[in-house]
Amino acid sequence: MQRVVANAVRGVSFYSAVGLFVVLTAFPFYWMLITSLKSNPDLYNVTNIPFWFNEAPTLEHYQYLFEQTQFARWLLNSLIIGLCVVVITLLAALPAGYSLARLTGRNGEALGIGIFLTYLVPPTLLFLPLSRIVASLGLQNSMWSLVAIYPTFTIPFCTWLLMGFFKAMPPEIEEAAIVDGCSLFGAFIRMVLPLSLPAILTAVIFTFTLTLQEFVYALTFISSTSQKPITLGVATDLVRGDIFFWGEIMAGALIASIPVAIAYNLFLDRFISGITGGAVK
Amino acid sequence: MVDIAEPVAARPARRFRFLLDRPDVLGAVFVAPAILYVLLLVGVPFLLAVYYSVSAYTIYDPSWRFVGLTNFAQVLRNPVFIETLGNTFLFTFASQLLGLILGKFGALLLLRPFPGRRIVRALIILPWAVPIALASVAWEWMFDSLYSVINWTLIAAGIIERSNAPNWLGNPHLAMLCVVVVNAWRFFPFAIVIFLAGITAVPQDVIDAATVDGAGFWRRNYQIIIPMTLPIVAVGLIFGIVFTFTDLSVVYLLTNGGPVNATSVLGFQGFQVGIVSGDVAHGAAISLFMLPVLLLVVAGMLRFIRRREI
Repeated sequence: MQRVVANAVRGVSFYSAVGLFVVLTAFPFYWMLITSLKSNPDLYNVTNIPFWFNEAPTLEHYQYLFEQTQFARWLLNSLIIGLCVVVITLLAALPAGYSLARLTGRNGEALGIGIFLTYLVPPTLLFLPLSRIVASLGLQNSMWSLVAIYPTFTIPFCTWLLMGFFKAMPPEIEEAAIVDGCSLFGAFIRMVLPLSLPAILTAVIFTFTLTLQEFVYALTFISSTSQKPITLGVATDLVRGDIFFWGEIMAGALIASIPVAIAYNLFLDRFISGITGGAVK
Repeated sequence: MVDIAEPVAARPARRFRFLLDRPDVLGAVFVAPAILYVLLLVGVPFLLAVYYSVSAYTIYDPSWRFVGLTNFAQVLRNPVFIETLGNTFLFTFASQLLGLILGKFGALLLLRPFPGRRIVRALIILPWAVPIALASVAWEWMFDSLYSVINWTLIAAGIIERSNAPNWLGNPHLAMLCVVVVNAWRFFPFAIVIFLAGITAVPQDVIDAATVDGAGFWRRNYQIIIPMTLPIVAVGLIFGIVFTFTDLSVVYLLTNGGPVNATSVLGFQGFQVGIVSGDVAHGAAISLFMLPVLLLVVAGMLRFIRRREI
């Protein structure tokens, strides 16, 4: 009997600790959801219980977001920026990762660490000169400036990620292809790339989410509404004058958060083994 | 002469092919685009930033006149900058410490399998996955001076009264607390994941052996798990420090550096001076004050990476 009670107490305290953590992490997102579905009179009445609907839920904020603001345009901008950056990143990082893993020997290791360290160079150190460079290229206030600048952190990141993957691949695969008459380059294209599709997919997903999460460069380079990516648009453009449209802002934030949250959960383990790199091996 | 001209013309193509089959040559060709991109858009801007900081460059007067260390001296004489520097260290240290403590507890909770663990993990990872700019906006709404859900709860619980409800982002000390908490909130899921990755890297037989030898929970924790996970935790911590120390988004969106510079950090100040006011030279000088810390962190990172190779 005593044992049953002790077990029950342990179970209850364990689950309440877990529950506390979940509330801590997930409450702001619940708050986004409930705010986005409440009507304004319900939202701005301090006597109402804020955690649940006191009046019928409404989709008016979502409707407003898509009809009265450039929200759809921001979604499209983010998609275009993300896709272009993915292409640039893969073109540079795939060969670089392979080269550092297989072709450059001892120097490759040092070079790889060097490239990875540039991922740690913060935007707040580079945004001043980059904004001048962007201006001199005539790209100020255009989302194409972000397409040019974002690979500066996605290439190092993906090179590191892919390098780790290529290192784990057995070299016999290319050796067999070369014995069969493939050139070194041909072996990379015909054997290595098709076998690395999972790693390439991981790189694509994380490049995309990194571009969605970025805020500092977008804030620095872009001020006109129609060119903003979604994160910047939602965070800075839905405030008119001093009035915050919380329903719309939360609806926008929620829509933009969902894809990233899903992607992270699906690819989390690869991400961790990617950034901690060889530290575990 | 004409006879041997032909084979000579055919040769470069074959030699090019032959060259590409040499691992070192193909390796260099393969790695060149990435290195060029990074050198052009990270290396060159970095050197530019250094040059801006010793010039009189503003966006209204883009002169390259060399002024030596005058900008740095002027920046250091500015009391706002000194406050900013202190804020940056406080912000980084406090939010990393809080994040690590929360992360360690979270990792202990998630270590053993239990029903619903996958869903719990998915929910706990949210703050780190979701773009911080969007999460900051949600927190701003939760800290709202009038409609704060936190205040509502505290009032309903009878802890405070509506007449003296705290104005979270309007009071200098509370505002600093808010940006620290939001940043710790953002990083601790990352810390959990890093701790978990570290603990799974500790061989179970080592832990079992220690248990058999009579080591209790805390002893196993402090003498085995923490030392053995140190390299991986250090890498995670380095990421946390770099991204917190140089942060701009949380402060910009939550408090805009206010009230009266109480939450101004280096990244924010560099943005205000260099971009908003257009004084590129002083802005660059302010941003460059991050460099010593970044270099220290990078040195630490290299040490840990090298240790693993031994």
